[in-house]
Amino acid sequence: MSFMQVIDLKVHYPIRGGFFNTIVDWVYAVDGIDMEFEQGKTYGLVGESGCGKSTTGKAIIGLEKITSGKILFEGEDVTRERRSRTSRFHREVQMIFQDSHSSLNPRKRIADILAEPIRNFLHLTPREESRKIGELLEIVGLPQDAKEKYPHEFSGGQKQRINIARALATHPKMIIADEPVSALDLSVQAQVLNFMKDVQREFGLTYLFISHDLGVVKHMCDTIFIMYKGRFVERGTKEDIYGNSKHLYTKRLLSSIPATTPVGREKRKRARKEFEKVYEKMIHKAFDQNGRVYDLIPVSDTHYVSAPSARELLEIGKESEMGGSR
Amino acid sequence: MLLNLCIVAIKMIYKDFGNYGANIMKLMFFLSDTYTSLKADCRKGEGFLEKDALLTVRGLHVGFRINDRFYDAVDGVSFTLKHNEILAIVGESGCGKSSLATSIIGLHHDRNVRVTGEILFGERNLLELDDEEMNKIRGAEIAMIFQDPLSALNPLMRIGDQIEEALAYHTDYTREEREEQVMRLLKQVGIPKPEQTARQFPHQLSGGMRQRVMIAMAISCKPKIIIADEPTTALDVTIQAQILDLLKELQEETGAGIILITHDLGVVAEMADRVMVMYAGEIIEEAPVQKLFMHPKHPYTRLLFHSMPQLHSKDERLHVIEGTVPSLANLPRTGCRFSHRIPWIPKEAHEKHPSFHEISKDHYVQCICWKHFYFRKGASNNAARR
Ligand SMILES: Nc1ncnc2c1ncn2[C@@H]1O[C@H](COP(=O)(O)OP(=O)(O)OP(=O)(O)O)[C@@H](O)[C@H]1O
Ligand SMILES: Nc1ncnc2c1ncn2[C@@H]1O[C@H](COP(=O)(O)OP(=O)(O)OP(=O)(O)O)[C@@H](O)[C@H]1O
Ligand code: SF4
Ligand SMILES: [Mg+2]
Ligand SMILES: [Mg+2]
Repeated sequence: MSFMQVIDLKVHYPIRGGFFNTIVDWVYAVDGIDMEFEQGKTYGLVGESGCGKSTTGKAIIGLEKITSGKILFEGEDVTRERRSRTSRFHREVQMIFQDSHSSLNPRKRIADILAEPIRNFLHLTPREESRKIGELLEIVGLPQDAKEKYPHEFSGGQKQRINIARALATHPKMIIADEPVSALDLSVQAQVLNFMKDVQREFGLTYLFISHDLGVVKHMCDTIFIMYKGRFVERGTKEDIYGNSKHLYTKRLLSSIPATTPVGREKRKRARKEFEKVYEKMIHKAFDQNGRVYDLIPVSDTHYVSAPSARELLEIGKESEMGGSR
Repeated sequence: MLLNLCIVAIKMIYKDFGNYGANIMKLMFFLSDTYTSLKADCRKGEGFLEKDALLTVRGLHVGFRINDRFYDAVDGVSFTLKHNEILAIVGESGCGKSSLATSIIGLHHDRNVRVTGEILFGERNLLELDDEEMNKIRGAEIAMIFQDPLSALNPLMRIGDQIEEALAYHTDYTREEREEQVMRLLKQVGIPKPEQTARQFPHQLSGGMRQRVMIAMAISCKPKIIIADEPTTALDVTIQAQILDLLKELQEETGAGIILITHDLGVVAEMADRVMVMYAGEIIEEAPVQKLFMHPKHPYTRLLFHSMPQLHSKDERLHVIEGTVPSLANLPRTGCRFSHRIPWIPKEAHEKHPSFHEISKDHYVQCICWKHFYFRKGASNNAARR
């Protein structure tokens, strides 16, 4: 039995417009994905901006209504229960949101923001609570006088650290972290990532780590899902994805990672543009006749790629070798 | 039904992002001036092109009021931005980058903020202009991409209407031309279905889509200066590359100067001409990009490079700079602000009153401690556990 399972999850949003504000279109934000999580592991969710990553995260913890699909948590179907605020699921699965600014209540001081989950779920004396808040602040590298302040008095990165502290406060079993470190400088980022690994080792935490930073994802994740237009195009271990990627989109992603040296950047830009052309020519092959990304088919025990059939998968892979690999 | 939707929208927005009041005001200013005489203003002021400096900042201080006293988050910053240049600013989270940027476009009109010094744009000191004059410049000549797009967009208005309204206010485009313009801009920033996105509200877009909408607005008038505060944090690397290329192309076309604030050293490496490193409100190192990456000098800069997760390394733990930056009110205002984070470097190695030295052509470093700096083995990795 796996720790958590997401089965054929779909989230479709209506778009309203026109004079009567009727439904004029649909966004297929998440369109049939399956995921399986083991306890104590870190899963990366990577993909094009707007491909449905945040929606996936929010659907799992119950902040978005799902159109269809199921979520199993420790073997139980929690698809309904997960939307209730007092459920066990709610305490044990926490989320760090992408918009650090808007997820903090502007009228509350930091001490109260951090105390809220502690009061809801842990039962501590005021002194213990205060010590706990102090510890959380220290972990995320904020000074102790932050307690008395309001969110607007912090910079973008500082607010994100408060969010992280809040998610960690109740010792959850799983954290869905949506771009948790993209607003942080490298040193604080390193501190937070190290810390996430430490608590993981100590408490067997599971992470679903949503990020655009492929360096961070490589550092953190055991298994990686590559998402594209609401579906998965590839899924595999770190080695499968970074060393042996098969899908055209994954290759494009990897070829766009900025290098960390200014030397040779003109040449890299040309290579990137070259690959872009190959990509534009080839990408239609990634979709079936309904414009939907193909289902995943296995290439090894751990590695799955979206393709019409095993034979064609190889063909697309070969042709796309032409440009870009670095 | 429309009413219903509005109510739902308002509720959602209040619940999630209650603090947008002030930002809405900013937004109104920003929007209404994004398109100031699109055609006329963009041509005007060609005179600047002859001089090298596009923007000169001198002795800038930005202070925030905390319990009846002002504490400077930007503490005596001076620099110039040249034509056709991409100047990157990197630095510790909270070191004052956004405060600096916001002061350039004059959005610190608040009695709890104190801005002093000089920001010269052409002949004018931007800090001396009144609101009306500043509104003319903002958007049309100096545009900003905000770090937090959600609070800079009007939550109650569809994306398309938002861009179009501004266009209507400032140009004599016909309705059709405006609609075309909106679609063109959205396409340029890589929004796959512009028609669909134009019909959505900000909260219905993904983080990266909102960021791109902001970018579309900022570049719409081909401003002379673009201040981009973390413009690509919510974008995947392919779209990031696309957006960065777009900014470069725009620059080649207009000769604009770009101030690029980012934590992503990869973006700096791919884009910047020159880099400034900030720490605790001050610039502590400044150099052309090649020099900074090849020969970083200041201990903070060197430690920063050291913290980067390497794509090829197998290290379990990432490097962390010891200690934390003190909060604004507790920041030491004399001597070296960084010395307590490298305690293994003896006190005598620092200058008593650190000053800026040119150590090779165009390469400036604060203080002299860099001459004595070395990495301490092993110790720093434990910082997160303390
Ligand atoms: N409340 C909503 N109503 C309508 N459409 C929505 C809503 N929320 C999200 N969408 C749409 O769903 C799609 C997926 O959005 P999502 O936020 O999940 O993307 P993402 O992968 O997190 O992107 P990013 O990397 O830019 O944050 C987008 O096209 C977005 O416009
Ligand atoms: N309105 C305010 N009132 C009080 N202090 C503030 C206010 N705004 C910012 N600060 C403080 O000023 C300092 C600089 O903030 P700023 O937003 O400029 O940082 P930043 O360099 O942009 O950081 P980040 O990289 O995290 O965005 C921080 O210590 C922050 O806490
Ligand atoms: S030399 Fe020492 S005092 Fe000077 S800036 Fe560097 S760390 Fe600070
Ligand atoms: Mg997102
Ligand atoms: Mg900032």
